[in-house]
Amino acid sequence: MSELPAEGGHGAVPLADVPTGVGVPAPEKEWPLYEVFVRGKRGLNHVHVGSLHAADDRMALLHARDVYTRRNEGVSIWVVRADAITASSPDEKDPMFAPSGDKVYRHPTFYDIPDDVPHM
Amino acid sequence: MTLTETPTDDDLAAGLEAGFEATIARNDRIEPRDWMPDGYRRTLVRQIAQHAHSEIIGMQPEGNWITRAPSLRRKAILLAKVQDEAGHGLYLYSAAETLGVSRLELTELLIAGKQKYSSIFNYPTLSYADVGTIGWLVDGAAICNQVPLCRTSYGPYGRAMIRVCKEESFHQRQGYELLTTMMRGTDEQRAMVQESVDRFWWPALMMFGPPDADSPNTAQSMAWGIKRNTNDELRQKFVDMSVPQAEALGVTLPDPELRWNEERGHHDFGQPDWEEFMQGVKGNGPCNAQRMAHRRRAHEDGAWVREAATAYAAKGLDTPRSSLGGNSTTERTGR
Repeated sequence: MSELPAEGGHGAVPLADVPTGVGVPAPEKEWPLYEVFVRGKRGLNHVHVGSLHAADDRMALLHARDVYTRRNEGVSIWVVRADAITASSPDEKDPMFAPSGDKVYRHPTFYDIPDDVPHM
Repeated sequence: MTLTETPTDDDLAAGLEAGFEATIARNDRIEPRDWMPDGYRRTLVRQIAQHAHSEIIGMQPEGNWITRAPSLRRKAILLAKVQDEAGHGLYLYSAAETLGVSRLELTELLIAGKQKYSSIFNYPTLSYADVGTIGWLVDGAAICNQVPLCRTSYGPYGRAMIRVCKEESFHQRQGYELLTTMMRGTDEQRAMVQESVDRFWWPALMMFGPPDADSPNTAQSMAWGIKRNTNDELRQKFVDMSVPQAEALGVTLPDPELRWNEERGHHDFGQPDWEEFMQGVKGNGPCNAQRMAHRRRAHEDGAWVREAATAYAAKGLDTPRSSLGGNSTTERTGR
């Protein structure tokens, strides 16, 4: 019997010998990918919540509302074309972040203050 | 390493693999642009894509009852629930896509029958009570499966599952409430509920997949942190949760072997018909052909809409960027 794990999600699905489509080009021209950011309420930052495809900016915004804010999850949405995002390398030991690694003096806990000094 | 030595490809590969294993061992999450073994990527795509397909196909059995729901309240609830299923499918396609697969290609693989969806959706919804039973038992079983997936090792999948689980609770509760309402009604309504539970109990148990003895690759998925519990563990949990719910509802679960085992601290129960399950997976379940035909038709009938939207976007007829500003649309809808 082929593998059918329960954690296929909404019911067991077969895993063995199922084609994945990884690296296969889209069968027709795909709408651009947008990343979606939602501000939960006033006073909070917009936070990345996921992505979607849309033909244009306005459709992306309307779809983002329907997909990501069906239960008052947000008061404001940003949609950004995924290809417009510039990102750092995903490597955790990225040398780009090395300059901050050895500067412990940037943290308040680096400094010894006598216990009897108040409000510090 | 001195400057005169350059690492070989094998050294680099070993380093990448060690980094991946270390992330898993720390119980940290793997993120889309991390290096990952090909088997891990492919297992995830199969699991996430087919989970997405299940959500999308899962709209059909209940969508069937939207126009016939008995009141405006029930109609609104059912519409919201079916819309959620579409949303769940989209969260999951979004997660699958981060693994380097095109969303349109996944749809093609589904409608070509090369990727599958959960067999539970190949059972017909013969009475309105089925809407309640699906919420209670089918979505209840899905919750058992999906809660552990919130901690799965692949970041985007876990995040999608957290969103899904929050909404799934509404699905289960609306179903159970619908059934309790019918149980307070006439003898005929109570009989409808019992008949519906009789049909869905065994297929719901099948949702957890074959017994662990028949799941040879579970160990690999668990080592990768994709999977957190075995099929039998989850099935047991579901049975233990459902028994008191069935008692409170006043229905009988159709299993003569079902009884409390004091020694184990769990319920003993019978096995579903695994031959029926495998027939469903192979495409021979009661509604496989209908579900696939409907999905294929929806995709083909939508082609002109996709083309028109693409053409409209190409003409640049979109609302000027300045007037979008992130709030004009939201203000109109009162959010």
